Amino acid sequence: MRQGRYPFIISMLLVPFVLYVVFVLSPYAQAFYISLTDWSGYTAAKTFVGMSNYSKLIHDSVFWTSVKHNLIAVVAVPVVTIALALFFATMLNVGGRKGKAAIQGVRGSAFYKVIFFFPYILSIAVVGVLWSFVYDSTDNGLINGFLKSIGLGGPVDWLGDPSIAFWAILAVMVWVSVGFYVVLFTASMGSIPRELYEAVLLDGANRWSTFWRLTLPLMWDSLQVGIIYIGIQALDLFALVNTMSAAGGSGGPDNSTQVISNYLYQTGFKFGQFGYASAMGVALCILTLLLAGLTFRVTRRERLEF
Amino acid sequence: MTTNVDLPPAGAAPPSTEEVGGRRPPREKGDFGVLNVFSHGFLIVWGVLVAFPLLWMVFTSLKTDKEIFTSPWTLPSKPQFTNYVRAWDNAGIGRYFTNTLIVVIGGVLLTLLLSSMVAYVLARYTFPGSRIVYYLFIIGLAFPIFLAIVPLFFVAKNFGMTNSLPGLIVIYAAYSLPFSVFFLTAFFRTLPNQLAEAAFIDGCGHWGAFFRVMLPLAKPGLVSIGIFNVLGQWNQYLLPVVLETDPHKYMLAQGLANLAVSSGYKSDWSGLFAGLTISMLPVLVVYALFQRQVQAGMTAGALK
Repeated sequence: MRQGRYPFIISMLLVPFVLYVVFVLSPYAQAFYISLTDWSGYTAAKTFVGMSNYSKLIHDSVFWTSVKHNLIAVVAVPVVTIALALFFATMLNVGGRKGKAAIQGVRGSAFYKVIFFFPYILSIAVVGVLWSFVYDSTDNGLINGFLKSIGLGGPVDWLGDPSIAFWAILAVMVWVSVGFYVVLFTASMGSIPRELYEAVLLDGANRWSTFWRLTLPLMWDSLQVGIIYIGIQALDLFALVNTMSAAGGSGGPDNSTQVISNYLYQTGFKFGQFGYASAMGVALCILTLLLAGLTFRVTRRERLEF
Repeated sequence: MTTNVDLPPAGAAPPSTEEVGGRRPPREKGDFGVLNVFSHGFLIVWGVLVAFPLLWMVFTSLKTDKEIFTSPWTLPSKPQFTNYVRAWDNAGIGRYFTNTLIVVIGGVLLTLLLSSMVAYVLARYTFPGSRIVYYLFIIGLAFPIFLAIVPLFFVAKNFGMTNSLPGLIVIYAAYSLPFSVFFLTAFFRTLPNQLAEAAFIDGCGHWGAFFRVMLPLAKPGLVSIGIFNVLGQWNQYLLPVVLETDPHKYMLAQGLANLAVSSGYKSDWSGLFAGLTISMLPVLVVYALFQRQVQAGMTAGALK
């Protein structure tokens, strides 16, 4: 039906498009300009200062500490999360095997998946608050209380010790995420035809080589997506650092848990240096795109059809 | 005209071996052999690691403060439901909860309406510039929200949309558009063409065909994207922290984080744990009812 097409199309697109341009696209575009100004936010005065925010950024040691932490997170969190998730997904899907040519999941695999997935749907900020109590530096904390009850020394100051704090936060990120990837990988393992497993079993392949030679290559697509996805989440970390780090989300102690997103938030919304904060936003954006592109490149394989 | 509209329900998962029930071949001896114990061992350990902090939270929320400090490892001797009353009324959890409920209901409905309008037009009409519009919506997926956050604050401020629940609803919807449009465009493309044509022949206009034929057909897709957005918007943290600075307009996660750091409440563990438990309840209920759809809807987010 051609009658009235254009009025219809325009009226369907108009409101969503305007909202999207005003609240999403224009802020993205403005960020680049604001990063070239010395804007402090609450006055209209906005002087164009060229690249000086960026040269300040290059000499800002806290920024580089944040970048370092982001890079540690972006390697450590995906590696541990994906490894654990692959392990559990394998257990769930083929763990029931006993030597014979039949492959099956373990009993209760649906139940495990429900439990494992649950943390992923919780508010990450609420998870952060809960875990700051789990990590409480006194014996009232869940972990320190447990260590005490089995007679393992005095309480550890998990979030107050600069050499442990960031790792403690990353562990929570892993705790939250593993279940999601278990479900994701289970879905893609489930779509591999059973006959292929039966064939390689008849050929005498053991579990180890079945996993590396058959399962992994056939689920490579979802593994690649999974790595990029968790990598992008590990670049954020704002909610966890903001709720768990010492002194009310300062990225402390002594910037030992500082990440770009939290430093950006403090610089802009606590100290009012909006031009400088925008420059960090641009830096974070470039880092995100670079890492996504790099991961895509490194994990690229020929697509296997089955 | 074909009436093949038997679309799979949202999140339909392939039947697992467990559920085939009667048709499952009888288990042979040895099924519970070495690898099985091995598998269950690791799976149970992770299950405990996941569940234990959450159970600890629930039990702690039912203790007196004295019990928390003297016997952190025992069950509450007598459940203290007053902790919940105190958290709800005095600590403001009730208000944060209501605020979040309003914003998420409004935000998700607005997201669904706007994104299905865009997706429908992009999927089923050809017009000059349609690809540009599509890519403009999709490009929002590529950038981290931190890039936009400073300018967004001032845009919202200029429109009087900071410290305002309707303002947050609109902004949540705007930021939910890229993924929702992306997902629903693919979904509308899969719907049969004949039904829309039949509707036109029967005298429906474009609007009628959209609201009375295509939107009901798209229900499975709308349910998936709806669940995805309910959880995403319920758990949003950055946007409220930046845009809602008036404690009366706090969202739940933000309010709890704020209570946890404000020194006055650091001593009221039981109240805070009650608040944490309250904040997890709706998510737990949604998950218990729809865990299939939740798992499918959320993982579809990663795959599509």
